[in-house]
Amino acid sequence: MSAASRRFGEPNPRVPHIVMAAGMLYFLVPLLWVVIAATKSQPDLLSSPALWFGRGFALFDNIGQLFREDGGVYGRWLVNTALYSGASALGATLLAAFAGYGLARFSFWGKGFFETALLGMIMVPATALVLPTYLILSRLGLVNTAWAVILPSLLSPFGAYLIRVYVTESVPVELIDAARVDRASELRIFWQIVVPMIRPAIVTVFLFTLVATWNNYFLPLVMLSDADLYPLTVGLTTWFNTAQQEAGTRVLFNLVVTGSLVAIVPLIIAFVLLQRFWRSGVGTGALK
Amino acid sequence: MTRALPRTAPEDGGAPRRPSIERAPRRGSRGVTAHSLAGMLFVLPFFLVVVAFLVVPLGFALYLSFFTKSLVLGSRFSGLDGYVRAFTDPLLLDGFLRVLLFGAVQIPIMLGIALAGALALDAITTRFAVLYRLFAFMPYAVPAVIGALMWGFLYSKTFGPFSGVTSLFGGDPVDFFGGPLLLVSLGNIVTWAWTGYNMIVMYSALQGVPREMYEAAVLDGASPVQIALRVKVPAIRQAISLAAIFTVIGTMQFFTEPQIMARFAPQISAGYTPNLYAYNQAFAYSNFNYSATISFTLGFVVFVVAYAFVFVSRRRGAGS
Repeated sequence: MSAASRRFGEPNPRVPHIVMAAGMLYFLVPLLWVVIAATKSQPDLLSSPALWFGRGFALFDNIGQLFREDGGVYGRWLVNTALYSGASALGATLLAAFAGYGLARFSFWGKGFFETALLGMIMVPATALVLPTYLILSRLGLVNTAWAVILPSLLSPFGAYLIRVYVTESVPVELIDAARVDRASELRIFWQIVVPMIRPAIVTVFLFTLVATWNNYFLPLVMLSDADLYPLTVGLTTWFNTAQQEAGTRVLFNLVVTGSLVAIVPLIIAFVLLQRFWRSGVGTGALK
Repeated sequence: MTRALPRTAPEDGGAPRRPSIERAPRRGSRGVTAHSLAGMLFVLPFFLVVVAFLVVPLGFALYLSFFTKSLVLGSRFSGLDGYVRAFTDPLLLDGFLRVLLFGAVQIPIMLGIALAGALALDAITTRFAVLYRLFAFMPYAVPAVIGALMWGFLYSKTFGPFSGVTSLFGGDPVDFFGGPLLLVSLGNIVTWAWTGYNMIVMYSALQGVPREMYEAAVLDGASPVQIALRVKVPAIRQAISLAAIFTVIGTMQFFTEPQIMARFAPQISAGYTPNLYAYNQAFAYSNFNYSATISFTLGFVVFVVAYAFVFVSRRRGAGS
């Protein structure tokens, strides 16, 4: 690279690459391990070198066994996870978009207080709410249903905050005024003018809430007791616990590993496909 | 800013100065105008969720924490006894101390690596940058449960590649699950999962810094390292403190990794972290009142720590 093509204030171009290469090694080795380990049969997993392939290639056998074990319960877990996270992310994003827009472009009684409270809500640790929520939902008879996982996940104060910031910066008041003069309804203004303008923020909030619910463990662990309702995170840990306890009879380590791989692939694909969105979105959060 | 955008007034020669919607209704009394009603309706669904899943649970936890339940006496009001018990419970205090110690070491290390990575990434203009960004972000897509399981296998003496490293030099296999190394092992899992995420947050902020700032520093004769530390880092202070706040909040709620790792590491007790303690009080000992006390205390402590952090970093930001 010639000196002229370098931007101002940049070090030797090799240094950053060395730093990043070291980082990549760290980030990727565990993932590489999962990919390799998922190709091994149970005996191979124990006997062959950890970061190299075993004697056979058992990936497809493992995947087959994964979806057959316990009457195909893994498939259910996968569907449950997609359902819980999809519904939660959609709902949370919609609520956050409405609220963020309402706070950014309207004035009403109590708004100032609510905006201050919103910052406080971001600081409230989600897991401190899980146990009390469990106790309330158990009185309402909602525990051990999909609702017990989806409803609490609709709460996304940070999402509402992010959208409020984004609307304030990118949706001109004049445009909304003009639409009002043209007698568009408030809801129509929101869907047809505001939503297209804040699409990057919406995709970001959607992605973050999707990942948060897809990866959530504590909430479903507390709320669900029926294995058919488990998401992947809780299901895999039950398998893992069984594998640890019944080490002699029914060893499931290869399934736990293969199940882990199958569980992370969809999210990684989602990130690769949507990366231009989350990149700009993460920045929105970072600048405020 | 919004006002800088071109006006999109209709061409039909309407009122030359439309009152701005943000200011107009405030002139009136507290009466509900169509405008403020619309605003309220937009916020209402979110508000209801906040009430149902934040305000009510917190209130309920507070309420439960004033009661004690026993087999003999049933549920009875016990005032602040629960809190007296909590703040004198050595297991809970140990848990808090452990989490604080953990955070005091792990958070600066992780944010330091993330910052170094963000500065390095910011200096890369080739196509590699896209690839690096993607790979750095990948651990974030891995559920904490799976991250903990993966590292549990990697640390293991039977599956893992690392424990045998010392045997090359004739030593015993490394025990990642015991003794003082356990907290380090846990710290590594968290660092692995979140460094890339924080790196991208800081990197995105760096991308938003006007390049003219660097040019001025170059003209003043600053070296690349000086520019990085004295211009770039202060320019993204907000992003760094944002990452720090979320990390502090996350660390205080430490649950998943120790809970999963407890299968490998018997040293992880029921009260290893406050959140784990609250969970076990509720589901292992059916002690829901005390669990609510711990939950509320934990929530309150995190809230206070996070708020204090925001306050301090804002004041420091304003002072310089």
